[in-house]
Amino acid sequence: MADAVVDYDEALTRYDPVMGFEVHVELNTDTKMFCGCATVFGAEPNSHVCPVCLGLPGALPVVNGKAVESAIRLGLALNCGIAEWCRFARKNYFYPDMPKNFQTSQYDEPICFDGYLDVEIPAASGDGTETFRVEIERAHMEEDTGKSLHVGGATGRIQGAEYSLVDFNRAGIPLIEIVTKPIEGAGDRAPEIARAYVATLRDLVKALDISDVKMEQGSVRCDANVSLRPIGTEKLGTRTETKNVNSLRSIERAVRYEISRQAAILDDGGSITQETRHWHEDTGVTTAGRPKSDADDYRYFPEPDLVPVAPAAERVEELRGTLPEPPAQRRKRLQSDWGYSDLEMRDVINAGAIDLIDESVAAGASPAGARKWWTGELARRANAEGKAIDEFNVTPAHVAELDGLVKAGRLNDSMARQVLDGVIDGEGSPTEVADARGLELVKDDGALEAAVDKVIAANEAIAAKVRDGKLNAAGALIGQVMKELKGQADAAKARELILVKLTS
Amino acid sequence: MTDYTRLTAAQLADALASGETTSVEVTQAHLDRIAEVDGAIHAFLQVDAEGALAAAQGVDEARAAGEPLGLLAGVPIAVKDILATRGLETTAGSKILAGWIPPYDATVVTRLRAAGMPILGKTNMDEFAMGSSTEHSAYGPTHNPWALDRIPGGSGGGSAAAVAAFEAPLAIGTDTGGSIRQPAAVTGTVGTKPTYGGVSRYGIIALASSLDQAGPCTRSVLDAALLHEVMGGHDLMDSTSIDAPVPPVVEAARRGDVSGMKIGVIKEISGEGFQPGIKRLFDESVQLLVSRGAEVVEVTCPSFEKGLAAYYLILPSEASSNLARFDAMRYGLRVGPEGVEHPSAEQVMAATREAGFGDEVKRRIILGTYALSAGYYDAYYGHAQKVRTLIARDFAAAYEKVDVLVTPTAPTTAFKLGEKLDDPMAMYLNDVATIPANLAGIPGMSIPNGLAAEDGLPSGFQILAPATKDERLYEVAAALEAALHDSWGAPILAQAPALAGKADN
Repeated sequence: MADAVVDYDEALTRYDPVMGFEVHVELNTDTKMFCGCATVFGAEPNSHVCPVCLGLPGALPVVNGKAVESAIRLGLALNCGIAEWCRFARKNYFYPDMPKNFQTSQYDEPICFDGYLDVEIPAASGDGTETFRVEIERAHMEEDTGKSLHVGGATGRIQGAEYSLVDFNRAGIPLIEIVTKPIEGAGDRAPEIARAYVATLRDLVKALDISDVKMEQGSVRCDANVSLRPIGTEKLGTRTETKNVNSLRSIERAVRYEISRQAAILDDGGSITQETRHWHEDTGVTTAGRPKSDADDYRYFPEPDLVPVAPAAERVEELRGTLPEPPAQRRKRLQSDWGYSDLEMRDVINAGAIDLIDESVAAGASPAGARKWWTGELARRANAEGKAIDEFNVTPAHVAELDGLVKAGRLNDSMARQVLDGVIDGEGSPTEVADARGLELVKDDGALEAAVDKVIAANEAIAAKVRDGKLNAAGALIGQVMKELKGQADAAKARELILVKLTS
Repeated sequence: MTDYTRLTAAQLADALASGETTSVEVTQAHLDRIAEVDGAIHAFLQVDAEGALAAAQGVDEARAAGEPLGLLAGVPIAVKDILATRGLETTAGSKILAGWIPPYDATVVTRLRAAGMPILGKTNMDEFAMGSSTEHSAYGPTHNPWALDRIPGGSGGGSAAAVAAFEAPLAIGTDTGGSIRQPAAVTGTVGTKPTYGGVSRYGIIALASSLDQAGPCTRSVLDAALLHEVMGGHDLMDSTSIDAPVPPVVEAARRGDVSGMKIGVIKEISGEGFQPGIKRLFDESVQLLVSRGAEVVEVTCPSFEKGLAAYYLILPSEASSNLARFDAMRYGLRVGPEGVEHPSAEQVMAATREAGFGDEVKRRIILGTYALSAGYYDAYYGHAQKVRTLIARDFAAAYEKVDVLVTPTAPTTAFKLGEKLDDPMAMYLNDVATIPANLAGIPGMSIPNGLAAEDGLPSGFQILAPATKDERLYEVAAALEAALHDSWGAPILAQAPALAGKADN
């Protein structure tokens, strides 16, 4: 049975949403957090395991130094303090996919604490962007669990399953969990800010090159906490935690849904149950998970098998020197370099195309051309097929080459799109596709002129309109000329020729 | 013909090096001895005759080929069943691990193999090393070779009894609160708990991670030093392992010179509450050291009286977490709950842990789970850690004044099997003198210092040194051992009764 919901805009007239996010980022280290096993994704189940990550009796963890440095770099980029001395802690609970029945994590001594991340959202005025600051409570290191596969049930969840399989390849993969402070003051922008926060964090992690940030593979996983309080009150309402919301669009939708759902309960005089909730992508709703209390007792205590992590101050400063340009600053610089309008830049950001355009331009594409291909053609296809724009077998080098072919006058737009089809189908580079498919603009002016003359003669009525100054009518003639030349004509040239013949 | 089971490891090493005997012969002699007496002692849970003889033959061949070999190459050894041994069943004395064949070796075992030491088998112990008598072994108790109706100490009673009964010249033990030293004391053998981090814990099934430490069980001080040197040293697989060379223990054991050393007697553990015979022997041993040139100083360690309480919070807390992995999901025992047709994973976990753990293990898991619970953590675990710091400070202050500290190892000689089984507190009190070293991470050693007048059973003398100064243990122990041998005319085990099956003398 579907939960009652209140219209979102109406809910916001009475309630003030407060959010909080826990984002887990899988690091791209070569080896696991506490052992030497490889971290490759998609390998044969239980093929990357050892006594340590299987939790065999007697095995001991050893900290992956690269993972610690990744955590410190992320902390610095999030404007956090870096602990001079901190420990791992054991989070004790029983679950079949957790080899030791405790997770080695951090508790009251996180490696990074007290930071912030500025996120940009479109300005309320509709003009330009505005900045919203999300305060970061902490970022800490931990290991991932194994992965359960529940077989035989209808839902893929444990309820109703006949049996379950566990793959421990994921057990021990290094994670950083980034926890925000309560995000207040978002008002009706809450869902947008939620999305912008995760997107900005994702971009930052990507720029740091500490994760492959593939949300669809679970390398970035977001839990969204939402609560409502009556407008004008201070006390935080009871929150729900929607687990594993794993796309930017879903984050926005899930927050929006929770606001509407909780408002309905509160309007009815009910109270919110503190619980985890599951997000359902298909129906766009959340459903109840397990009850959760603040006093969930994980019996944390400092991990006695590991020595404290005490990064030297000089090393932290060295790492600070390796930080990339902050994404927001980089975006401003690129927008100015590329000469994009605010609106164009927004489309580029929304399409997640900044890096691709940057690389395309570096490979020789014009900024305008690169933008057109990535946020126009490829983003359209991505939307239609539910893919990411970088999943089409098309590289920045391809885009640069394609753009070059258009600029050189070898291809027109429609031919370039056909070439792109070929590239996507794996037929080779744009030049190879164009050659193989025999796509080339007619360069022979004589052939073009003959076609123009033929079309004018055959369409006297339209030609007369053009002569009378109705220049728009020339379009119909251009179309005929293109048809005559099987699409391989330069439309601009054809237009020019038609106008010369009919109006001068 | 020489009975090679009666020689020390150092003597065996000489006989092997000189070509007087072979490792196969020595190993076979010990396997024969095990076959004869272990029915009465039950020191071993597993005997690996095949593996031991194969290793022995390998060493003999290497020696014949003139390959460079370690000092103890060819000398067989027994290993406590808490160390993972590749291909050889490892149970930690628990039913829950019955049949578990580790796919890997503990670092200590790797080092024994690399040193060419044939592994005779796995020795009995209290389940998961929880106990002071081996009566908590799921596979039945070990019997003290001095008196078969008495306990051999614990948890490493199997290792100590194997050495005392001449079933093995050497054994590996582990010591979390006295599990090497107290069995040594009650069986008339030598046992060392090295500095925490001095010997790798990798592959040793964890009881309490911050307290556990493996060490040698032997019949002589020099043997302990030789084995300590093989076992010890930095290991990249154990983050808490000390990145420094093994202290010069063999040198110290060969020297045994206490002249000018300051030896501290701890006011709080100087004999009060100890069996009279043990107290008398302790005082005599101190005087023997004085006669060899040491100076005796009384020191006070006021926090020690809180040590036992702190220990019994820290140990169960860590153990409750370390033992969580025994859940039937990946290895070991699996038991389905009775009368449940399609049990959940959680039900199988619960049923398996109910069936697979003994009472003492359950008692400590419950204690530890409680002590770590939200709302109790500060009062119990947190507070115990503070006591631990205070004890370390007491030691630090004492070592400002003295080079080593000495105490009786255990308050009583071996008690009778069953005597304290239903009184956990009485059992726990056995460890009162040994626990502080584990809490502070310092090295400790027990050597036999005589037979108590009232019952004729062995007594132990404990030496404690500052962290990483393990060589001081051996310096003092070797001096005392020499003085005692002078007065006895032979090692103490010469006075042990003969065991059934073979005339010992």
